[in-house]
Amino acid sequence: MNNPSEAAPEFALESQANSAVRERATSPFYWSLRRELWENRSIYLAPLIVAVVQIFGFAISIIGQAERRRAVLLLDPAQQRARIEQPYDLAAAIMIFTVFIVGTFYCLDALYGERRDRTVLFWKSLPVSDLTTVLSKLTAPLLVLPAIAFAVTVCTQLIMVLMSTAVLLAHGVAPATWAQLPLPFGWLVMLYGLAAISLWHAPIYGWLLVVSASARRATFLCAVLPLFAIGAFERITFGTAYFSRFVQYRLMGFAPQAFDFAGQRHPQIHSLAQLTPGRYLSTPGLWLGLIVAGVFVGAAIRVRRYKGPI
Amino acid sequence: MACIEARGLRKTFGTTVALDGVDLRVNDGRILGIVGPNGAGKTTALNAILGLTSFDGELKVLGRDPWSARDELMRDVCFIADVAVLPRWIRVSQLLDYMGGVHPRFNRSKAEAFLAKTAIKRTSKVRQLSKGMVAQLHLALIMAIDAKLLVLDEPTLGLDILYRKQFYDSLLNDYFDRTRTIVVTTHQVDEIQDVLTDLMFIDRGRIVLDCSMEEFESRYLEMMVNPEQLAAARELKPIHERSVFGRSVLLFDSIERERAAALGEVRRPSIADVFVAVMGNQAPASSGVAR
Repeated sequence: MNNPSEAAPEFALESQANSAVRERATSPFYWSLRRELWENRSIYLAPLIVAVVQIFGFAISIIGQAERRRAVLLLDPAQQRARIEQPYDLAAAIMIFTVFIVGTFYCLDALYGERRDRTVLFWKSLPVSDLTTVLSKLTAPLLVLPAIAFAVTVCTQLIMVLMSTAVLLAHGVAPATWAQLPLPFGWLVMLYGLAAISLWHAPIYGWLLVVSASARRATFLCAVLPLFAIGAFERITFGTAYFSRFVQYRLMGFAPQAFDFAGQRHPQIHSLAQLTPGRYLSTPGLWLGLIVAGVFVGAAIRVRRYKGPI
Repeated sequence: MACIEARGLRKTFGTTVALDGVDLRVNDGRILGIVGPNGAGKTTALNAILGLTSFDGELKVLGRDPWSARDELMRDVCFIADVAVLPRWIRVSQLLDYMGGVHPRFNRSKAEAFLAKTAIKRTSKVRQLSKGMVAQLHLALIMAIDAKLLVLDEPTLGLDILYRKQFYDSLLNDYFDRTRTIVVTTHQVDEIQDVLTDLMFIDRGRIVLDCSMEEFESRYLEMMVNPEQLAAARELKPIHERSVFGRSVLLFDSIERERAAALGEVRRPSIADVFVAVMGNQAPASSGVAR
């Protein structure tokens, strides 16, 4: 048997000298995020598929558009704008809902999937901290998905405008004016809305990550069932519905704070004055939610450290 | 210098004791094989070393506490759990990109050079590779990292004998440079007998045997005895006895080589045979073999 100590010193010196040179700069967060996009292609595929369906549906709907447009142009300007904008607003709303669903299921699998398929042993064998990993997984629903929703919606709406304009011109009807269809204003509203929703929903994603990090199976049930159970318990025991109203507030409560609908029956946003970031940012529910989100994310980081493969 | 140093390492899962006060010291440049029956605590010990599980007692790996500094430690430590842990959805090229992006000591051209010797295509996904190729791929990644400690937990599980042999050949010829330390657990102990510099038996969370391979070979001795010499040979108190084709094979712990040679054919025992003997003697009460 060899005695390693004989040859060790020179090797040791050499490898020490080399190792100083060989250390390269790394960006674990950036690559962790890219890794998430490689694994979870639904992050961009789902919005793209929804966009294709929207464009296809719109293409069918514009067959008789010239006739309808002539009728619309007889209405007063405010109603004209509302009717012409409607399909574009709908496209944006559907996209926002889509990325919420994608984000929900992404988070439920984010820390569960790696334990189930044992790859967590590989990820943990690399110099990437639990903090970096969990933050990269949180970035997907909070930043990446909204950004994709925005970009895809802008493209979808531009394609819709082009198709609609072509059909209208072919039938000798004037295409929509900026006043009837102010797309850039709509994009501004969407960007603001996405940011407001993202911050408001942060504790939801945090909760989903905690469940994903700790559940042994059925992450969806583990995340949702307790909420139903608490709501049902409260209803049966006290006959009240504070908890279900609280859940509803967390899902939709951003809207009346971030926008001023001025008591409209069909809420629409037609002017910058209806955006109320000041009121939104001074809502205690926003900041309490962010604190809770921080606690959940901290818990998810801690749980990931303790949990191995299932 | 000690690469791994543990004192009173303990880990319990509920009422099950996985590690029962393990003292351990692995010096730089050694290749340690940890052998033990299923559930002996091998994987728990490795997990503690890798910062994958919390523990009681003292443990330093390359001077760091693995539980509180896992991500820092992983700059200098590589780990292959078994062949199944590479993500199945990832492409080989993505894996190389990712490793280069997160690991400061990953040398991409080294990994590429190693992969060029295999049939693994850069565009393949891991799910398209055979089990043996996945092991080759993982080894290529590990060998491209300038690490100080390599931990292998059943790295060749489920591989055929050709891949197993190639795996250890690559490891010894292309990777091991006598400054690195390797810790390996496997059930195919005889295949790595010539690879190891140190050997450790572990059973029910305790170290049963801890010696260098030089010690192992001078201490244990196997003798093939014909029936007529059997009684005389038994006088020397073998720790284990089995029969092969009508002759008896006796295993001895610390006896004089000359006395044994007079009675029969003396040879080097395999790790597996010593393991069976030591573990068999362990069962009723801890015998003199334990240290």
